[in-house]
Amino acid sequence: MAQAAAIPALRTESNVNPFLPAFTLWWREVVRFYRQPARVAGVVLSPLVFWAVIGAGFGSSLQSSTTGTSNFLQYFFAGALLMIVLFTSIFTMMSVIEDRNEGFLLSVMVAPVHRSGIVLGKVLGGTTLSTIQGLLFLVFAPLIGIRLGPEQLLLVALITFLVAFALTALGFVIAWRMQSAQGFHAVINLFLIPLWMLSGALFPISGANHWLKLLMRANPLSYGMEALLQTLFPGSAPATALPLWSSIAVLSGFAAIVFVAGFIVANRRGTLPAA
Amino acid sequence: MSGRGSAAIRLENLSHSYGKRTALKNVSFEIAEGEIFALLGPNGSGKTTLFRILSTLMLPGGGRALISGFDAANQPAQVRRRIGVVFQARSVDIKLTAVENLWHQGHLYGLRGRELKARVRLMLERVGLADRAQDRVETLSGGMQRRVELAKGLIHRPAVLLLDEPTTGLDPGARRDLWQYLHELRTQEGVSIIVTTHLMEEAERCDRLAILNLGEVVALGTPAELCSQIGGDVLMLGTTDASNLAQAIQQEFRIATSVLDGKVRLERKDGHKFVTQVMEAFPGRIDSISVSKPNLEDVFIARTGHRLWTEPEQMEND
Repeated sequence: MAQAAAIPALRTESNVNPFLPAFTLWWREVVRFYRQPARVAGVVLSPLVFWAVIGAGFGSSLQSSTTGTSNFLQYFFAGALLMIVLFTSIFTMMSVIEDRNEGFLLSVMVAPVHRSGIVLGKVLGGTTLSTIQGLLFLVFAPLIGIRLGPEQLLLVALITFLVAFALTALGFVIAWRMQSAQGFHAVINLFLIPLWMLSGALFPISGANHWLKLLMRANPLSYGMEALLQTLFPGSAPATALPLWSSIAVLSGFAAIVFVAGFIVANRRGTLPAA
Repeated sequence: MSGRGSAAIRLENLSHSYGKRTALKNVSFEIAEGEIFALLGPNGSGKTTLFRILSTLMLPGGGRALISGFDAANQPAQVRRRIGVVFQARSVDIKLTAVENLWHQGHLYGLRGRELKARVRLMLERVGLADRAQDRVETLSGGMQRRVELAKGLIHRPAVLLLDEPTTGLDPGARRDLWQYLHELRTQEGVSIIVTTHLMEEAERCDRLAILNLGEVVALGTPAELCSQIGGDVLMLGTTDASNLAQAIQQEFRIATSVLDGKVRLERKDGHKFVTQVMEAFPGRIDSISVSKPNLEDVFIARTGHRLWTEPEQMEND
């Protein structure tokens, strides 16, 4: 094969280690975030506003026999956490559309970077932001009588991270071929609302009718929800749940599948303009 | 192979179409190492399509594009390591500083640590932005942002630099600086430079150029070669009735004429002498007359019969 020997020695390795580009893309995502005060305010304040409204609306008297926890507000706490992570994760990937429209993405795509590195960097960037936001929400847990030990806290962080990673990757897959933010919104709403409502965030799986139960079992987010419930309320979680680590395994599997899907869409080259 | 006959870029029957619309038709030519080469053409001529294929962003419909001997379609990783790309769209992140942008870019090419730091500093000095290194790109002027783009495209020492309409939106001073820098880069580092442009003034600054029209190469050579193919000087005659005058001149002097922008256009050796002849032959019918040495636009007109359009940018695949 022809070799270009006259080219001054390039210092780049024959294959750029994908973790270096992944790191740098992640770093950029985070820096961009904290340099835009409006976004920082949104992330920090939205759980606060959310909780203030929900808390005031429900009070603490709502009792439920099906949720297994002492009251609905406590049950809903996990659902609210899931929702916050869900929305933040997916919407961080709007940056893919922005990057594409700006030309930034083009300059990444012409670099000799394995496409998995690009997906990993972008997705981890979004994951970091939404995990932080989800964990900020945990500050309110003691207000409704949820006490978390350090071990529980780590578990909740792990579950939140996995949910955030899977959903950010999902956002990446959807955003990749999108031309406009409007189109992204439309598709996201189609996915997001059912995904959240059928995860057990709003009502427990045990209380649902037969076909709804099937749908909820098929929803990967249900396993995130169950894992959260079991961690937040050890001993009083719904009886039908899988063991904690099985739920986490299902969630990890889902995250891996969506990540691979992200790699596949990003790796595709065709005879149409890539961006 | 490097050495004799080695080409920075070699195109073999490159073709492409978007659905029914043909964007490139059997384009074949070579660009030598260390050459500054222009792809000149109006919007829709296929130059953006060619740029996309060379930068590995798109697979060609047919034929091959070789960069330093590597196939842009099948060996994208090898090609990507050798090319630096400066897009027409802004690709720098304006929320990051100039240094951060380059640092980020270097990581994408596997550069890191002290070596990368030194390289970033050097590149910023080269493009004259050392004093603005720590400023966010959003605070820099358009010309400075463009220079950060250029530094970004060169951070990994590419053998081939691809620039898509690099002077868009630049004032004349910034344009001149950019061209001066490109020439330095070629002379000092032997980088092969390919520039797409719809401005003939820019194409004239290149060593060689290809003129593209409707996806085909209509002219290929050095600016001087192409201009010398025009028969002498170019005369433009202003008149109220161009088509009749064109015909009359054609009959009288037995030379080819054409009508362009409501004027009669013709090519003639010793144009200044012909001025008196034609004025005497058609008294009162010629309002104005201009004689000029042929430029690349004349080459374009001679090959295609129309002017090089310089309308606002359009997407080629619309």
